Amino acid sequence: MKPAPFRYADPGSLDEALAVLVAEGDGAKVLAGGQSLLPLLSMRLAAPSTLVDINRVPGLSAVDVSADGVRVGALVRHNTLLHDEAAAGVQPLLGRATANVAHPAIRNRGTTVGSIAHADPSGEMTSVLALTGGSVTVATPSGVDTVDWQDFFVGPLETSVHGPAVVTSAFFPALPARSGTAFEEVARRKGDYAVCGAGVVVTLDADRKVERALASYVSVGLTPEVHDLTDAVVGAPVEKADWAAAGELARTLVDPDTDIHASADYRRLLVGVLTERTLAAAAAEAAGRVS
Amino acid sequence: MTASVDTERTITVTVNGVRREATVPVRRLLSDALRHDLGLTGTHVGCEHGVCGACTVIVDGAPMRSCLMLAVQVDGAEVRTVEGLAHEDHQGGQVLHPVQEAFRECHALQCGFCTPGFLMTIAAGLESRDPDAELTEDEVDEMVGGNLCRCTGYANIKKAVRHAADAMKDGAR
Repeated sequence: MKPAPFRYADPGSLDEALAVLVAEGDGAKVLAGGQSLLPLLSMRLAAPSTLVDINRVPGLSAVDVSADGVRVGALVRHNTLLHDEAAAGVQPLLGRATANVAHPAIRNRGTTVGSIAHADPSGEMTSVLALTGGSVTVATPSGVDTVDWQDFFVGPLETSVHGPAVVTSAFFPALPARSGTAFEEVARRKGDYAVCGAGVVVTLDADRKVERALASYVSVGLTPEVHDLTDAVVGAPVEKADWAAAGELARTLVDPDTDIHASADYRRLLVGVLTERTLAAAAAEAAGRVS
Repeated sequence: MTASVDTERTITVTVNGVRREATVPVRRLLSDALRHDLGLTGTHVGCEHGVCGACTVIVDGAPMRSCLMLAVQVDGAEVRTVEGLAHEDHQGGQVLHPVQEAFRECHALQCGFCTPGFLMTIAAGLESRDPDAELTEDEVDEMVGGNLCRCTGYANIKKAVRHAADAMKDGAR
């Protein structure tokens, strides 16, 4: 299997990259880690006329951690984020989710922002961007825009970004106070695409009662969604909350598809099981943060 | 300055410590460049879409799928392939890398097709960790989990990882 012929540029600056994208027109595609794009090329599911490789563009490799959240540059590899303790301190879902992204050899090359721009519904980091209420920055010849996750994901492998543009970073807001998180997947083999995955955030009030419970799923639905499960558990003391009820609620909210890996019914079952399990774990973590 | 847009490029890459030059179409995958342009056929090509791990090589110190990289992307980089694992002894013979030695010792290969990928992934995994720290089951799973083997059932490969880790703890390299 060989990719169809294409033209290749590896510009040394963002301006140059945008200039090449403009000059090469609609058939041009940005290449970062390539761990999703190159299989598509080899299988000839995609045949861009030009690849604009951004790996030499400076300024895109930083993980900037502040009290507000974590900004991840377009060339940050999954493996870098996985081992970034400062980032995990502000938003623990980053380390927890990247641990589920494929295998070490893929994580060494693949980028977190690239997988978000790829917008695969079985991607972990798309769900984490949604669950944390994140956004991406998009550079175009006319300037830099911030696009909230709700406005970014349009469909499977489709975003609202068209024309000459480079997604330069993703921003994941910090975990709120008195909150805990969990992320878990069921896959046929370790590191495979998840049959179903769940990421959750549980927030308690000062009396250790459940204030909020949010969940986002992997390989469920066409685009990432955030489901508010608070109604099932609101006001319950953290030790007595009925997480199974929240799992039941989640099962009624999701709309999974059947494919060769699993039926929609099985995925819905997994949503219930993973929701119950991850919420309990996240709540226990949150309880440890309420003094 | 405008970036040049090309269909063919000449790259310089250090493979197993040797500087090599090749002129390649830009669509050439690194896996194919190693085999066809540089004549290093030890790197095996299996699924060609990143799933099987047979083509894993070490690029600038980290294991990566050579079928998921373009040859032009390693211009200026350092690549290690299975041919670079063993080193020569003083009499001109070959001294196997501890991971290769462990594979032989533990019968961790049968047909051998997947072996180069396993060797590179495991070598990178063991070389990048503290040799004196206890090797956990999770670490072993992580090192072999991204590679497919249809012969062995993995038990002997995992045994070889532990065997190699013990040898490297004792200072064998």
